[in-house]
Amino acid sequence: MEAFLAASIVAAMPLLFATLGELITEKSGSLNLGVEGMMLMGAVIGFITAFYTGNPGAALLGAFAAGAGGALIFAVITVTLRGNQVVTGLTLTIFGTGFSSFVGDPLIGQSVPQAVQAYFAARPIPGLGDIPFLGPVFFRQDVFVYLGYVLVVLVSIYLYKTRFGLNMRAVGENTAAADASGVNVDFQKYAHIVFGGGLCGLGGAYLALVFVPMWQADVVTGRGWIAVALVIFASWNPTKAFFGSFLFGALSILGLRLQSMGFQISQYLVDMFPYVATIVIVILSTHKNRKEDLPPADLSVPYFREER
Amino acid sequence: MRGITKSFGSAKANDRIGLTVYSGEIHALLGENGAGKSTLMNMLSGIYRPDSGSIFINGKAAHLTSPKDAIAKGIGMIHQHFKLVDVLTARDNIILGGGSGFFLREKELNEKILRLSDQYGLDVKPAKKVYEMSVGEKQTLEILKVLYRGARILILDEPTAVLTPQEIEKLFAIIRNMKARGCAVIIITHKLGEVMAISDRITVLRRGEAIATVETNRVEIPALIEMMVGRKVDLSIKRVRYEDRKELLRVDGVTVINHEKKTALDGVSFTLHGHEILGVAGVAGSGQKELCETIAGLQEAEKGRIFFENENILGKTPRDIIRLGIRMGFIPEDRLGMGLVGSMDIVQNIILKEYQNQRGFILRRGPSVEKAKQIVDRLEIQTPSIRTPVSRLSGGNIQKVLLGREIDSNPKVLITAYPVRGLDIGASYRIYDLLGEQKGRGVGIIFIGEDLDVLIELCDRILVLSGGKVTGILDAAQASKEEVGFLMAGGAA
Amino acid sequence: MILPFKIAKRDDVPKNKAALILILSIVLALVLSGVVLLFFGLNPIKVFGTIVTGSLGSAMRIQQTLIKAIPLTIASLGILVAFKMKFWNIGGEGQIMMGAFAASWVALNNGDLPSPILLPLMAVAAIVGGGVWALIPALFKARMGTNETIFTLMMNYIAIKFVTYLQYGPWKDPAAKGFPKIPAFSGNAVLPNVFGLHAGWIIMIILVAAVFLFMNYTKKGYEITVVGESLDTARYAGMNVSAIILVAMSISGGLLGLVGMVQASAIEHTLTWGLSSGYGFTAIITTWLARLNAITTLFVCLAFAMLLQGADYIQLALNVPSSVAGIVEGIILFFVLGSDFFLRYRVQWIGLARARAEADGLPLRGGAAE
Repeated sequence: MEAFLAASIVAAMPLLFATLGELITEKSGSLNLGVEGMMLMGAVIGFITAFYTGNPGAALLGAFAAGAGGALIFAVITVTLRGNQVVTGLTLTIFGTGFSSFVGDPLIGQSVPQAVQAYFAARPIPGLGDIPFLGPVFFRQDVFVYLGYVLVVLVSIYLYKTRFGLNMRAVGENTAAADASGVNVDFQKYAHIVFGGGLCGLGGAYLALVFVPMWQADVVTGRGWIAVALVIFASWNPTKAFFGSFLFGALSILGLRLQSMGFQISQYLVDMFPYVATIVIVILSTHKNRKEDLPPADLSVPYFREER
Repeated sequence: MRGITKSFGSAKANDRIGLTVYSGEIHALLGENGAGKSTLMNMLSGIYRPDSGSIFINGKAAHLTSPKDAIAKGIGMIHQHFKLVDVLTARDNIILGGGSGFFLREKELNEKILRLSDQYGLDVKPAKKVYEMSVGEKQTLEILKVLYRGARILILDEPTAVLTPQEIEKLFAIIRNMKARGCAVIIITHKLGEVMAISDRITVLRRGEAIATVETNRVEIPALIEMMVGRKVDLSIKRVRYEDRKELLRVDGVTVINHEKKTALDGVSFTLHGHEILGVAGVAGSGQKELCETIAGLQEAEKGRIFFENENILGKTPRDIIRLGIRMGFIPEDRLGMGLVGSMDIVQNIILKEYQNQRGFILRRGPSVEKAKQIVDRLEIQTPSIRTPVSRLSGGNIQKVLLGREIDSNPKVLITAYPVRGLDIGASYRIYDLLGEQKGRGVGIIFIGEDLDVLIELCDRILVLSGGKVTGILDAAQASKEEVGFLMAGGAA
Repeated sequence: MILPFKIAKRDDVPKNKAALILILSIVLALVLSGVVLLFFGLNPIKVFGTIVTGSLGSAMRIQQTLIKAIPLTIASLGILVAFKMKFWNIGGEGQIMMGAFAASWVALNNGDLPSPILLPLMAVAAIVGGGVWALIPALFKARMGTNETIFTLMMNYIAIKFVTYLQYGPWKDPAAKGFPKIPAFSGNAVLPNVFGLHAGWIIMIILVAAVFLFMNYTKKGYEITVVGESLDTARYAGMNVSAIILVAMSISGGLLGLVGMVQASAIEHTLTWGLSSGYGFTAIITTWLARLNAITTLFVCLAFAMLLQGADYIQLALNVPSSVAGIVEGIILFFVLGSDFFLRYRVQWIGLARARAEADGLPLRGGAAE
């Protein structure tokens, strides 16, 4: 059981980063459906950087920059040029998919360098790692996972306890009101779209660097879309996003686990689990009553100050 | 402000307007809908940028490229449609966009807010969420928000439109208090009585131009009207009483829970007769929208009955109602969001009501083209052609398309929600005339209104809603504004 | 910040100016794609040139291009019906797969029926298969307002996994010596060639006309458009919104399902898990570029089929991965999406000098010429 939960945490990480990235983006009022594309861009650039430099830090930076770069395209088109967010996001996914297959093509089948793999090996936290049950599950993980924990806490504080978080939430809830109150709307949107994209890129990089540790085309396989669904499931709340990702991480490895326990069930049917579960979640999330659980009121509404 | 010009597309909203406002003065900006009042003030508050012209504050040229600039220069605007974030608390709304420091120090801020609100005699609860507030509370919060930022120039855009007469008095007291503290207050309105009551000086705008600036105690209402409209107008509404009124619609104990799970209508009962205009008064959000939509079959009710002649139509969809052969017209509040499709032309919008009665699979446009031409002619709709998307037309012409279509179907009952909102005086009176004409033909009309003067003059009876309950049904000929206002605030309760 | 231009909303753009903006944005997109290719050490002129010769250079290549245009066009028509209603059907891939599955089920079990009976049966099965697959999210949308974007997308993965399961499991051809493939159809289940091209092109032409007429000249088409513009208006006008959503989505899914039948019958001669080959996604781009007009869709799809065929060709000829098509497609659509801005807003160049003067609050003469 401990091993299963610990493996679930690992499987949850790509989802967690992408979910937090999309959550930040949506909180500031933009619906970026390009998560899948940004994850793929982060994955391929992260992998290439790791492959050629052998430097884990550079790989993470590269992955973040790639995701952020994809998000920047989205921001220019939807914020400055007020293009349709749904279609722009879909296009970003198509672009990112093409980009990662094209750029990664020569490296298919190559492994992550040993130095990088070693850096991302599990490192128990002294003390915490020895707690019975919780230690093995949560605190004997790799640095990426710890970064994920820290991120959940930081994003929560940022959103609800700081002035910047307040301004950013106001932009997502009522852009015109935030603007009239002196909040720099375009800056808020750009900053959060780009940062959110960077997190999506990191999520993709985790898949290519740690989860799979070799390059294969389309490593993300729909996780970007699951992240979009998880944001809804989490009611735009970072802590709930963590538990949602955990749940999905568990679901995605459940099939393998069942098979190893001797259940006769086709791999391909088991592979459907997370997708079916995502649909169930989207359906269950349809009816929410508490105002605080609803999507940001101005989500995906384009804003032009001089609109009459 | 000097030589301010602003165009939207080909329309000139402001044409070389000059305006001077002094501290310790209440300056009224008077004009019809579409005269350019809000546009001018939006430029002072940094929302719009003028095409040309310049703004001076305390004698110094000010370059306002964003609301942030305007706030920094001590300008605060309270918009007609409140700019508040619903899910945030009063405190969060007040400090939004300003202040310093990284973390929010809630306690400290709460105290600061309470101190300030005491100073001005305002009642604001810092931790209350905006979505739990009444319209009056929201307005108070908007005022406090502006004061918190240290505004010395205060702009209020149509602040009384959503208030009861009693709340208006309270608001005026606050405004006078600010004047006494040396603020400059600019109040935008088209209500003459209020202008006379509160302002020191008045600037009249008409079609984007500044007509005159006068001192309030040296001018009379009729002269102001002439300045506003550009000609002498007779602002009286003819009300003809008909004796042979038979019951058309009977609403009996209707209770509605809206999609926000709030009780929007609570045991509402009334009757509507032919040859009658029944006015509905109430503070915004008292259940007017739900009332219209329930009768039109767009909103489900918990209980109650609605009889059209002798048929219970409650629980029937608009489609069922059309199938039953019931002729009912409905002018919804949100014209382009519900009554019309903005991106479609006049013909296609006329089809909206017609096509249900066409047989077969194919859409026939021929008859609707004819009808569109007739309606454009009869109501004198200004449009480049019947093929122009309706969203390109002016507010008054959009309303005429909608009203024209609904009248064209020869309704027995006509429901109109705020039919003159956003229209200039000429267009408004044209609409009143059309409604009067329909009444003469035996139609029963429900008129949801916000201007109490108009309700009292136009309607035969006035039903007052407060919090979803009917607090009174008055004979309009004998009703006073104060009485209606009292009932709007909940009446005896 | 001082900017040397001003932005204002504009009323209307003349048609030829709009066309100019569109063409300009596509040209710019191609230029940028060229720069990207340069960055990866490829000669853009050679790559683009090879794409053109690879798609139009010989009768055989033109045939290949058209073979790609057929599924893309039919899929785009399906997406069009959904998008017109602002129902973001991005489940085209799954609907194609399920259409192919249903058609294959008919074909594999009734291989001895004569073509004139078998092929229509397969088509009907495919339309039902794709339609039902689209109807599931539509039902939830209509009844509960469930977000269709993620729903339809997840249905893609489920459909693909399902077909993979069949291919590796119950439907595996025992005669293939363990190789995971589904048995080939009998000759009766293969679409015949008409004028050197499989009969799918006839279906395509008929459907372009049919969808155009349906959307513009029928009551249902009108209703779908109104629902797309405003749900409240549709209800106000007495439309049965739920029923309209369901009808529109069965049409949309049905058309995409038909793509599956065409591909399974004419191209693959069987069912494979890779059969949809991204047409369901590319159709989103082509439909949007065609501004939801059925006739325009045909031409946009022909152009995109060239790009797809050309990309396949450069993989062979120049050893450049065909995924370059995804990058070029993405860049083109980015530019077109961005260019919409210039249709809706007027950007007026006033120059830095004037902008600075305004910033200093100097009184200025009225607006400059446009």
